[in-house]
Amino acid sequence: MRYAMAVDTKKCVGCSDCVVACQTENNVPMGFCRDWVVEVMDGTYPQLEMEIRSERCNHCVNSPCVRCCPTGASHFAEGGIVLVKETECIGCGACIASCPYDARYPHPDGYVDKCTFCIHRIKKGMKPACVEVCPTKCMYFGDLDDANSDVSIVLKKRKYKVLIPEAGTDPQLYFLI
Amino acid sequence: MKEELIVSGRMNPMIDPNLNIWHWQIPLYLFLGGMAAGILCIAALYYIRGREKDYYTAVRITPFLAPILLVLGLLALFIDLRHKLYFWQLYTNIKLQSPMSWGAWTLMVITPVSFIWCALHIRDIFPEWDWKYKWLKDLEAFFNRFKKTLAWVMLIYGLILGIYTGILLSAFNARPLWNTSILGPLFLASGLSAGAAATLIMSKDKAERKQFAKIDLVIIGIELFLIIHMFMGYLASTQVQIEAAEMFLGGQYTVSFWVFVVILGLLMPALLEILELQKLHIPGLISPLLVIFGSLMLRFIIVYAGQVSRYLY
Repeated sequence: MRYAMAVDTKKCVGCSDCVVACQTENNVPMGFCRDWVVEVMDGTYPQLEMEIRSERCNHCVNSPCVRCCPTGASHFAEGGIVLVKETECIGCGACIASCPYDARYPHPDGYVDKCTFCIHRIKKGMKPACVEVCPTKCMYFGDLDDANSDVSIVLKKRKYKVLIPEAGTDPQLYFLI
Repeated sequence: MKEELIVSGRMNPMIDPNLNIWHWQIPLYLFLGGMAAGILCIAALYYIRGREKDYYTAVRITPFLAPILLVLGLLALFIDLRHKLYFWQLYTNIKLQSPMSWGAWTLMVITPVSFIWCALHIRDIFPEWDWKYKWLKDLEAFFNRFKKTLAWVMLIYGLILGIYTGILLSAFNARPLWNTSILGPLFLASGLSAGAAATLIMSKDKAERKQFAKIDLVIIGIELFLIIHMFMGYLASTQVQIEAAEMFLGGQYTVSFWVFVVILGLLMPALLEILELQKLHIPGLISPLLVIFGSLMLRFIIVYAGQVSRYLY
């Protein structure tokens, strides 16, 4: 099993519903977030190109955060989901410094927090909150090992990219272009 | 032109606009740990080589600083932790891929060893010292019998401590400035020179001072060599590392790095020590204090600048 997500940059309008849905679903403390929206403007007027991306933890296969964690609090759960075990985390910040995507933040309670792909919802057969709520349906989630999952189907049909492949992390958040 | 905008959600003062996770505690610890490593390595090396009589201060007196530095460093590390009460989780497993895990276990060995080393030499500071209890006296006799083994443990773990403070940073490939393996040897060299400087401050023996001025000179040369190689490496590497180097070659850290680390911390003390070896009268405290200051500034600047350097995508 290999969970992954695809985000369609042609459909995303940057409304931030995914951000609010995540904050509500996961009780993210005020001022922090597990996902966010990036808007990239490229070119010189009037030849402008814009890309909007909903970003979050890439749940990398070769995760620097899991490698650098001194206690084993950062670990791989089923399907390669990268999780933090709150009672093993000492809040040293090594994982935050090691993440090229800056996907982690220190929770005010002391431990480090991040996107979980809403593992509690997946276990019940539901989609992650951000995917569920998206008004343009620009996000696809599923198991890459299952050829019939939403994400496998869309990655077969469309061109895609990942962020900072040169960091060597083998990220599992795909952006359809 | 490429402009990147974060339109929502990322209202995270701890991460944006650049990483801001490690503050004064980490560079201070890297300095204190590095200096303690330097002091202990030099003491162990001279003891093993049987030069205890020639370098009395370095082997028997300066090591008294090491436990103090280590304890202060550990305190800084503890203050840095955000989930303090869980610190013992460090010692529930050994993670070979995590330099921080290596460091935690190294400190677990070297801190008690440094205390034992001082206890064995306590009568050099307090001649009338009495351990009072028989079991303490037995313990002292036991460690005295295995002093050479203790020195070897101190040397090896001292080297690991000195190198790991640099490797800790170079393991983070997300921060292009840190992601160079030269930081390991550079921080080790910087720690050794700070350790030698400590003996230079404490020693009153002419021959010993001369020897340690020479040691400092050699290590300063090695540090300059490593710094030049570090920048050569950055400039011949990928765009993100070229940008990381440019922070020091015209960017925001240019003045602080070249003035505080290179000129005041390396070139000035080297010059003063050369003049002193030429028998010119120069107040003996200036150059070791500059070396220690430069060693501290190196840690601060690398830790802070590394958090600014990043991948842009």
